[in-house]
Amino acid sequence: MVIEFLQFLGSNTRSSFTKLGRGTRFLLQTLSGSASVFPRPRLLLNQLYSVGVLSFLIITISGLFVGMVLGLQGFYILSDFGAEETLGVMVAASLVRELGPVVSALLFAGRAGSALTAEIGLMKATEQLSGMEMMAVDPIKRIISPRFLAGLISMPLLAALFSAVGILGGQLVGSGLLGVDEGAYWSQMQAKLDFQDDIINGVIKSIVFGFVTTWIALFEGYDSIPTSEGVSRATTRTVVNSAFSILGLDFILTALMFGDD
Amino acid sequence: MKNAHTQDTLVGLFVAAGIAGLFFLALQVSNLSSFTDHESYTVTARFQNSGGLKVKSPVSAAGVKIGQVVSISFDPKNFESVVNMSIDSKYNSLPDDTTASIFTAGLLGEQYVSLEPGGSEEYLRNGGKIEITQPAIILEKAIGQFLFKSAEEKK
Repeated sequence: MVIEFLQFLGSNTRSSFTKLGRGTRFLLQTLSGSASVFPRPRLLLNQLYSVGVLSFLIITISGLFVGMVLGLQGFYILSDFGAEETLGVMVAASLVRELGPVVSALLFAGRAGSALTAEIGLMKATEQLSGMEMMAVDPIKRIISPRFLAGLISMPLLAALFSAVGILGGQLVGSGLLGVDEGAYWSQMQAKLDFQDDIINGVIKSIVFGFVTTWIALFEGYDSIPTSEGVSRATTRTVVNSAFSILGLDFILTALMFGDD
Repeated sequence: MKNAHTQDTLVGLFVAAGIAGLFFLALQVSNLSSFTDHESYTVTARFQNSGGLKVKSPVSAAGVKIGQVVSISFDPKNFESVVNMSIDSKYNSLPDDTTASIFTAGLLGEQYVSLEPGGSEEYLRNGGKIEITQPAIILEKAIGQFLFKSAEEKK
């Protein structure tokens, strides 16, 4: 009984470390394969389309609504203190620092990450990847690296769009419907938000999230058991693991970036 | 999948929109446009009490923001608060007998340094010292004194 339990613990721990090791090796291969993408920009462009352009709509619409909700809730709370004018600061700071990078990364994991895992998992299940190896085409260079780069490029752009659209949405609700002064909305925001501390840190966050999410999505697909059930499990794992890593990393990054303020 | 040309256009639009979003955040949302690294000079003022003053608190003269607080430290010899301020070089004609006071913007607002120019012919230079200062008004202290006084009067 005890022995079995210990065996269970041991094998689980060991297999998760083995998986982490494989994931790291996979990441290193992907990074070293990235250089070979630049001579063939078409590969990258195709992936930018399916990873970035197709996520554009969900990101902007979600950003708009998140900003509008922030405007509404912020107004209710701030008007208790007669501080409606600082609505712009509240909306912009929460979007640029936290919600922009985090929510767009979660949406990105759901929209683009799961698609990447399913695509690569199916390629593996239908033996397209082995077929490429047979033809002396490196699937890492040909399939994985362009997708990785596309995710890395798209994520900061999508997060910036999310924040920008959200701030406009907050302004729409705040000064359009609830009567906060438009000049105060913008000027308070500009006075309080710092380029270095807020905007750049938000962009750094989104780059980190893009890196991690795309890595997880590609690795889960590449590492999936090549059956229909295996691919479906890998897709689930992508979304779950991405969400955990995004939220966990967000805490660490926030503690590092906004520590002494 | 769409044909290659439309796809390129869409990718181009996407990247352009993303970069436009970044520019919007940088210029419209943050203070990048108002702080394009103006030349500035530093002056020091010693306060008995700098209250809730923070690094980056505004420094203003006649209600106009002309600089910001760079650092605040405690001088263990004189038990004073040493406040370093950087002031925009455009405003290099502040007399050296300028008074620095710490005020609060509104009842609950943030604290700022207000400079009131004196009548001297000499100007404050980089590294200059403001000799005449007025400490921050601590609301609790003021209320305490007021209560104490009114209690005394009743006796």
